[in-house]
Amino acid sequence: MESGGFDTHIIFHSIPFLAKGMLLTLELTVLGIGGGLVFGTLLALCRLGKFRALAFAAGTYVNFFRSMPLILVIFWFYFLIPLVVGEEVGAFQSVLTAFIMFEAAYYCEIMRAGIQSVRVGQAHAGQALGLTYQQNMRYVVLPQAFRNMIPILMSQAIVLFQDTALVYVVGLSDFLYSADIVANSENRLMEMYITVAIVYFSMCSLAQFLVRNLQKKFAHE
Amino acid sequence: MNETKDTTGTDGGGMIEMNHVGKWYGEFQVLSNCSTSVNKGDVVVICGPSGSGKSTLIKVINGLEPFQEGTITFNGVSVGDRTTNLSKLRSQIGMVFQNFELFPHISIIENIKLAQMKVLGREDDEARNRSMELLERVGLSDQRDKFPAQLSGGQQQRVAIARGLAMDPIAMLFDEPTSALDPEMINEVLDVMTELANDGMTMMVVSHEMGFAKRVADRVIFMDEGYIVEDCSKDDFFGTPRGDRAQLFLSKILTH
Repeated sequence: MESGGFDTHIIFHSIPFLAKGMLLTLELTVLGIGGGLVFGTLLALCRLGKFRALAFAAGTYVNFFRSMPLILVIFWFYFLIPLVVGEEVGAFQSVLTAFIMFEAAYYCEIMRAGIQSVRVGQAHAGQALGLTYQQNMRYVVLPQAFRNMIPILMSQAIVLFQDTALVYVVGLSDFLYSADIVANSENRLMEMYITVAIVYFSMCSLAQFLVRNLQKKFAHE
Repeated sequence: MNETKDTTGTDGGGMIEMNHVGKWYGEFQVLSNCSTSVNKGDVVVICGPSGSGKSTLIKVINGLEPFQEGTITFNGVSVGDRTTNLSKLRSQIGMVFQNFELFPHISIIENIKLAQMKVLGREDDEARNRSMELLERVGLSDQRDKFPAQLSGGQQQRVAIARGLAMDPIAMLFDEPTSALDPEMINEVLDVMTELANDGMTMMVVSHEMGFAKRVADRVIFMDEGYIVEDCSKDDFFGTPRGDRAQLFLSKILTH
């Protein structure tokens, strides 16, 4: 700490730059969750479905990705996809693809547990009314599965929010990496790293607070 | 009520025909050589000790449970045939469950509207009107915007009956409709069912409510260990039950 003291000025000064980094972090989180949830739900339906080959393929996919460190998956998509496709896909696209593929494996297992938590009688009731399998899933089973799964889906989302910090390995400036750039160029490590910690802490706490309220709201119904 | 719908295509047999039906859960046989026939307008009460296969017997009729042996036809359509459109067949058979199974995430009226719109293709207005008609019939029109958990068990079961009727089914299956209810709520549900029976609805009812059976059943089926042991008119059943098991069962159930 050659410069000495705690310089709050540098924090305010770098807000626009950090905000840009946070935007990327949020973008990756939201798109990663959205894509992962859709793909993960499809995988869960395959795993629970009656087509053995699909169930096996989905199961293998899930086990495979759950055995891999996220950072390795990020490397793969960044370095291997261009080799396969034959052209550059860009850091953002490759990282986003990695997140979606990786998160889908976790969301699949969460959704599978969620679907199984809906009583079989509910599915029977939908079937008995003449709903097709797809309609029954869409209108009866999945809405209830999602509700049961909100707490764990959200904690997985919060993990992803933190994991986006790994994108520095392919040179993307997310929130942490932006702060890191400022910290090193201005030699203000303490200020920046403490700010980053406070921001991550506040955002995750806020998310958890919102989830609890959401749960209370559903509990009334 | 227009319960008297077209039921042609029955090949001269009953609306529900079961022939030598057998079903296994793995090694365990739950239904053995079950045959019976239910005509249009019949009210059949199915009773027997727990685990005797009563619920399974009605769940194979609309294909909720698969069976491995024998044949079942509903309104002339083979249930076990792989080419049969089971969803379409099920939409013609109302079903009421022991635990009501209303959909907890949507309101009462949406519970009744859902399948009308998604299966029968009714417009929102039409489905709403039909739902309100039926809610009035079961005496719950003022509860339409509540959620299932806000209703008592008896009220939920009446909604479940209304939900089944909204599809204009030609038969109704009841799987122990009152056994999850507090005693003071049983009658409100049985009253709705009695009225339905008097209107000529074809009904199969798994129930231990022998008073209800005596009042409205045409026939009583008694099951034990997966077999249909008695299948006779209500008068025969309550007058001179033949088997020992049925006698024992009746003496136990009628004394309290």
